[in-house]
Amino acid sequence: MNWTDFTSAVFNFTDYGELLPLFRDSLLAGAILGLVGGLIGTFVMMRDLAFAVHGIAELSFAGAAFALLIGADVIFGSLVGSVVAALLLGVMGVRAREKNSVIGVIMPFGLGLGILFLSLYQGRAANKFGLLTGQIVSVDSTALSVLALTALVVVVGLVLIWRPLTFASVDPDIATARGIPVRALSLAFMFLLGISVALSIQVVGALLVLALLITPAAAALQVSAAPRMVVLLSVSFAMVATVGGILLALGGRIPISPYVTTLSFLIYVIARVVGTVRRRRGWSVRTAA
Amino acid sequence: MAAGADGRMPMGAQDTTDIKLTAVSVHGARLGFGQRKLWDGLELDIAPGEFLAVLGANGSGKTSFLKVLLGLLPLDSGTVTIGGELARRGHRAIGYVPQQRHFTEDTPLRARDLVGLGIDGHKWGIRLRGRAHRKRVDELLGEVGAGSYAKIPVGMLSGGEQQRLRIAQALASDPKVLLCDEPLLSLDLNHQKAVSALVGKQAKEHGTAVVFVTHEINPILEHVDRVLYLAGGRFTIGTPEQVMTTEVLSALYGTRVEVLHSNGRIVVVGMPEAVMDGHLEGTPGSEEGHAA
Repeated sequence: MNWTDFTSAVFNFTDYGELLPLFRDSLLAGAILGLVGGLIGTFVMMRDLAFAVHGIAELSFAGAAFALLIGADVIFGSLVGSVVAALLLGVMGVRAREKNSVIGVIMPFGLGLGILFLSLYQGRAANKFGLLTGQIVSVDSTALSVLALTALVVVVGLVLIWRPLTFASVDPDIATARGIPVRALSLAFMFLLGISVALSIQVVGALLVLALLITPAAAALQVSAAPRMVVLLSVSFAMVATVGGILLALGGRIPISPYVTTLSFLIYVIARVVGTVRRRRGWSVRTAA
Repeated sequence: MAAGADGRMPMGAQDTTDIKLTAVSVHGARLGFGQRKLWDGLELDIAPGEFLAVLGANGSGKTSFLKVLLGLLPLDSGTVTIGGELARRGHRAIGYVPQQRHFTEDTPLRARDLVGLGIDGHKWGIRLRGRAHRKRVDELLGEVGAGSYAKIPVGMLSGGEQQRLRIAQALASDPKVLLCDEPLLSLDLNHQKAVSALVGKQAKEHGTAVVFVTHEINPILEHVDRVLYLAGGRFTIGTPEQVMTTEVLSALYGTRVEVLHSNGRIVVVGMPEAVMDGHLEGTPGSEEGHAA
């Protein structure tokens, strides 16, 4: 492949104006996923659950692969896989160390199961690959409404438990002393996280979920510590990555996930630079009292 | 938890005004783990504005005592009331100041947000009315002298600054009782003094009862009204002058313990366990016995 072939495969904006309306639903789906990923990502960072997200994604992949094998709905399969995995982690791992070892045990098992199901599957190879690396550029309107509805559940759920969850995440000891149901909140959060992972897998695939659920929030935390600002930035970053990624991917021949992950990564790099500059200039300077 | 209807009545109950006058009442309290008894027959009334230090070696049940007051640990027998009500989880009359804990630098909270959690962090949903909230946070920050770093991320604050915020957070609910669990641990001497002065001020000026668990009495000595000293399943209660003596502590530990006074500091030497209450400066706290 020479350079011209490469660029035309990656960036191709001929007939862009005609393509765009066709992908209206995909863009909406991207925006919805950005919102969910950006919101839940801030709590993932607060609760130090990046590794857990990865583990949940692998089991979600196994669920989707199984659904593919038996001819059931793939999205439903991935949803079941990730919610079961998330709740399992919520119940089993109380302390961080314990949690990490449980994830380390579960993750390869899930991935292995997924590979088993996929190798037994006789259908189109593109379906197999898509589960891991993401594929769904064209979302039809039924899929979109399912997606929107599920996303609504996550957002409403998060808003309802927002304050006590924040308290329990940053300061579990005090939250317990104050009578906040820390453990129940943790389980509720894991449930919502499981749903979010399953949603994100549809766009970026099981291997790249972190780009949607971790990177935007991590970037936001580089530049701000004000809670509202962090949430706002995290959601904006995630939306720019998903919607931008889909827009860039329209004309090319490759899946959208590389675009999404690259945008996400670039945003993080910029945020990191901004954060470093801010720290150098004295972020923590006390004002004269 | 054994809580009879008469559990609210203090032992040898005189009249009901007594109950209102005590911030914390502990009656006939027993707590143990398996075979091991931490304390039994504990009788204690803490008045509003009183500063009680809880001392004792590691494992003597200091932290368990706090957990009982917080309603996180049930007693084997006896009752505990806070402001006339049985101790329960999340009691609004209690403010809790924990040990200093490390926040990572990317914790999305500024100083004022940490204090804000004390005001409404337990409520469901998101905060809608911001103005009254901000005003209250500013008040609390002012009370502990933390206004100058209100907007700095908590992960970038020093231990002493963090502990001031903890106190502000604990005071957010206007507590009748302030429970402090080793809040001076890992602070330098100046910050130890400043933080204990803040707690002392709260007791004196606002009539908040203070229960201060510590392994070192010296930084808080000037504020302490009474001491609850726990050791090996036994306890002693009294003023620091009464309790921190060679005779009393020797009897409590069941072995010869030397209590020395120097420059207004109290040093306990020869404790059976490796933990000392007021170790000599420059002497590793873990070193046993013969420090003097």
